[in-house]
Amino acid sequence: MGARHLYVHLPFCAHRCGYCDFVTVVGRREQHGAYVDALLRELALEGGVLAEHVETVFLGGGTPTFTGGSELARLLDALPETDELTVEANPETVTPELARLLRAGGVNRVSLGAQSFRPHLLSVLERRAGPDDVRRAVYLLRDAGFDNISLDLLYGIPGQSAADLECDLADALALEPEHLSCYELEAKPGTRFTHAHGDELARQADAMEGYFEQVVDALTAAGYRWYETANFCLEPGRVGGRDLRARHNLAYWWGRDYLGIGMGAVSTLAGARRRNLPGLGRYVAALQEGRTPPRETESLDEATKERERLLLGLRLDEPLPVADVAGALDKKAAERLVAGGLVELTENGGGPTVSLTRRGRFLGGGVTVELLA
Amino acid sequence: MEQARIRNFAIIAHIDHGKSTLADRILELTHAVPEREMREQVLDSMELERERGITIKAQAVSVRWRGHQLNLIDTPGHVDFTYEVSRSLQACEGALLLVDAAQGIEAQTLANAYLALDDELEIVPVANKIDLPQADPDTAASELAALLGEEPERVLRISAKTGEGVEAVLDAIVERIPPPGGDPEAPARALVFDTSYDQYRGVVAFVRVVDGSFETREPLRAMALGTSFEAEELGVLSPARRPVPSLGAGEVGYVITGLKDVSRLRVGDTLTSRRRPAAEPLPGYQDVKPMVFAGIFPTDSDDYPELRDALERLKLNDASLSYDPETSQALGFGFRCGFLGLLHMEIVRERLEREFDLDLLITAPTVAYRATTRGGEVVEVHNPAEMPRELELVEEPYIKASVIVPKDYVGAVMELANERRGSFDHLEYLSEDRVLLSYELPLGEIVLDFYDQLKSRTRGYASFDYDLAGFRPGDVTRVDILVGGEQVDALSLIIHRDAAYERGRLLVERLRKEIPRQLFDVAVQAAIGSRVIARETIKAKRKDVLAKCYGGDITRKRKLLEKQKKGKKRMKQVGGVEVPQEAFLAVLNLDSERRR
Repeated sequence: MGARHLYVHLPFCAHRCGYCDFVTVVGRREQHGAYVDALLRELALEGGVLAEHVETVFLGGGTPTFTGGSELARLLDALPETDELTVEANPETVTPELARLLRAGGVNRVSLGAQSFRPHLLSVLERRAGPDDVRRAVYLLRDAGFDNISLDLLYGIPGQSAADLECDLADALALEPEHLSCYELEAKPGTRFTHAHGDELARQADAMEGYFEQVVDALTAAGYRWYETANFCLEPGRVGGRDLRARHNLAYWWGRDYLGIGMGAVSTLAGARRRNLPGLGRYVAALQEGRTPPRETESLDEATKERERLLLGLRLDEPLPVADVAGALDKKAAERLVAGGLVELTENGGGPTVSLTRRGRFLGGGVTVELLA
Repeated sequence: MEQARIRNFAIIAHIDHGKSTLADRILELTHAVPEREMREQVLDSMELERERGITIKAQAVSVRWRGHQLNLIDTPGHVDFTYEVSRSLQACEGALLLVDAAQGIEAQTLANAYLALDDELEIVPVANKIDLPQADPDTAASELAALLGEEPERVLRISAKTGEGVEAVLDAIVERIPPPGGDPEAPARALVFDTSYDQYRGVVAFVRVVDGSFETREPLRAMALGTSFEAEELGVLSPARRPVPSLGAGEVGYVITGLKDVSRLRVGDTLTSRRRPAAEPLPGYQDVKPMVFAGIFPTDSDDYPELRDALERLKLNDASLSYDPETSQALGFGFRCGFLGLLHMEIVRERLEREFDLDLLITAPTVAYRATTRGGEVVEVHNPAEMPRELELVEEPYIKASVIVPKDYVGAVMELANERRGSFDHLEYLSEDRVLLSYELPLGEIVLDFYDQLKSRTRGYASFDYDLAGFRPGDVTRVDILVGGEQVDALSLIIHRDAAYERGRLLVERLRKEIPRQLFDVAVQAAIGSRVIARETIKAKRKDVLAKCYGGDITRKRKLLEKQKKGKKRMKQVGGVEVPQEAFLAVLNLDSERRR
């Protein structure tokens, strides 16, 4: 069976935020057209691996909505039919025109990079949007008919108090998003941000230790399902039974195959993971010549796949079948962690499963390390 | 050489007071060593001894001076080797008492001088370093004269460095020190005052012949240990080994024994001939037992065989070192080693690290305790983790300590001695300014950091010496450290009950800081038996997650977790808790840190 999930990388941004370590390209409006051409060529070259029915497509970045309007429309037009088509957007790029364009292009889910509603924190993050830009973007998307909007929030920002976080969560909830992704800000080595704020973050680490819990408490109290370590969606009961989990991302966490196109994009297909190398020029040049872009490939043996299944599966709130990860799971460690209240081993009709308790989920990284055989 | 023309002497001096320099000048003046071969300080042969400015192993050298044979028998210069010093002195009829004219006499020098006086040695007092601007030869001379009951004029004033007055020293040796007694016709007896190990020829004994004479190829016996061997070669040191057909009464030389095991011939034993054996050995042999013990573990457990080989090799030249395999749950495989004292331990540690290039973890030193169990059984305990819990009585070794210090620091020394459970014995003015303080103290209070404390509280002016004074009952107790409810064997200690709480608290506090937070709360406790005397909790982490993980991140995140897993496997596990080696190091270094 072919891959049922397609990722499309749009690297362009108006500005690189200090904390970002993604594959991005600032400006270069004149190259947007050539890049979309290259994307379409790669899709044509690789499209054969896709299943007849593509369940999800995800346009990530970069800032996909920074891509020129006509180029974006051309790309959306060329994508295969799908059930869930998500586009990442920065609030300041959302205009009535863009909202209509996305809608017309078949987009049915928008992930907005809000990050925070506090101006002083947004400025630490070097975000261009202000709090009102976020609100306006949501309203515009709603007006255009979007009924599946996700907001990204960051916590653990230098200078962020627990009260700041509480306000951010309240402001986000007031917009009634269907979905929320909440990430702790990571000071990634080598970024400008780490250079400027790394020491301060280290000093605040103790004070911010409870922020993750604060996020989970606030969102679950507001009726959201904590379905993945960093992801929340409205409970089905509140939205007429709709499952609002990000289907595309679930595919990653379930260990499914996916095709990724674009510079720096990663694909996992039939036991191999390959990554297009970063570098706009060589990506575009290769495809202009009809060649596949430069790549690196890693083959995944069964043991590695099982370890990945374990580390990804434990991020979810669904029990993971032990049979899927039997070789990767240290049973003794699991029993020890069960005794410590961090892990649950259950037996149901489908065989034994392993999952993390609520406290175990807060410690998911450390628990996974313990569980790995 | 006829006995009347032999002089056997030692030099008693404090570290840095110029003993080795004087020995070098003597060798030069007597042309014992050609100038081009003259290394500074010929007598101190080991690299480490040179660096620390101390002599660890005694050696001897024979020189000629105006028709006489002068045998200089070197003495170890440190407190841990008192027994070896006493054997060296017993091989002599006289000693130079060498004192730095700028500093005056020091405690160890005094202790050794008393040893020499007890043996009725003729003492030739010498004030050295008179070339230094700060030298005060008059005060030094009157201090020495007062000590010996001599006239200050009899104190020789020299500079070993420039050579001034050294000839007079040689003349004084001939004139003042009596020739050796002993009966040349009696059955042969020789005192072993040192041994060393030659990798080709086995154990070499350094001897002073007292009665009779020995010949090459003669069958010999060591009387105390009963070891038999043949004298493969006899010789004198001038200072290189020079074989001779025989060694007669009063002479000093070496015997190559061919023995492959250094423990079969101990310092202080008496050699006699099996052809015509002596009836009685020479007096004074003791089986010297190690009094200070510590566990030595390789930092990397793969180095265990290297550590074992290194200890084996050190032991060849150092019969007083003992070692037995020890397994610690926390530190892995290593050895419980016994030392004569702290300096001895330091020397062994440095040699292991320097000559054998080993990275070591060393547990806190402990002394030998004598424990009587409820059942009446008496055991000697060298490892705190082996101290029985149900005890009738514990006895601990005591020492008689002498401290010489400028009078302004008497209070500081008394305070320290009191803190360390010392009982005052007496105080004596050596001169207007300098005082000899004598205390009895438990050795266990000395092994941790007493000497460093003494130095720091007296700004380095104090000098210190001790003699073992036997075992006495002590109110000591075993303190165990528990992590996650499990005892960390390497961190157990034996300590006086009054200090147990403070010490337990310190250890537990430090461990809490050093052990990283885990997924669960971890209790760190200090306990006496089942009673917890100090407790800290390492609070569990509240979060430990990878913030995000999508399609492009999976490989990197997987590798990150795999790397963490590997790191955990390397850590030592105690009570389900990974304790990084740094934590053990920090706790074991607590004492050296307190010194600073």
